[in-house]
Amino acid sequence: MIRLTRRYRFPAAHVLRSPALSDAENERAYGKCANPAGHGHDYGLEVTVGGPLDERSGALIPIERLDALVEVTLLDRLGHRLLNEDPWFAAAVPTAEHIALVAWRALAPALAAESSAELVRVRLVETRRNSFECGEAP
Amino acid sequence: MVRLTRAIDFSASLRYWRAELSEAENRALFGRAASQHGHNYRLEVTLRGEPDPRTGMVIDLKELKALLEREIAGRFDHRDLNRDTPYFEKSPPTPENFARVIFELLRAALGDLLYGVRLRQEEDLWVDVVEEPARS
Repeated sequence: MIRLTRRYRFPAAHVLRSPALSDAENERAYGKCANPAGHGHDYGLEVTVGGPLDERSGALIPIERLDALVEVTLLDRLGHRLLNEDPWFAAAVPTAEHIALVAWRALAPALAAESSAELVRVRLVETRRNSFECGEAP
Repeated sequence: MVRLTRAIDFSASLRYWRAELSEAENRALFGRAASQHGHNYRLEVTLRGEPDPRTGMVIDLKELKALLEREIAGRFDHRDLNRDTPYFEKSPPTPENFARVIFELLRAALGDLLYGVRLRQEEDLWVDVVEEPARS
């Protein structure tokens, strides 16, 4: 079983406040992260693909194509942005959990549409101490 | 059952090339990778087993180190993957193919002790190969 993993990075800002919660509840749930002025991270995004090796190229997917796909689908959209303003987070607080899920949901069909490689895992590294995964366990 | 991982670093030159294709076709298929270039690889080899009741070890790490020097560094370090090895005549030395070749070489040398390999080609790119899980 072969898995290829590529690590990307994007800097983004967010505010963790839920409209379903009162100010006091938001402060309690999110602490410093509820600062209405926002804060940000250098997010790491590890994308893992599997599938059959293409006999002709010897690759699951040419790296340049994977890079281009991730850039267009995710990095251009999320990088250097306030995530709360993106329609992806209109109904979801941009927690790292939700960012990982959004990345998974956007990338899986985009990859399936233009390659035989299959998305098997997305890992969002928010800080050196926190990371969040969707898909197959490592 | 315990898993343990040992790493080894080596460097090699290579190009993505299929002998049956013309130069133009190779360039169209592989782009910049069709030109001669090189990488610093890091290989992480993961073994699994029960610790020996007398020594408390799954394998003597000196023995594993020597085996990796022989099987991996001896074959690939400061070599050209296309010219100096027989493994990439049919399919180019992509990290996927290279990791698969290494897995098979170590499977032959280590048998069931081998769990899997991770081949890092750059800080931001790596390939994992493990045995297919048994179908139930």
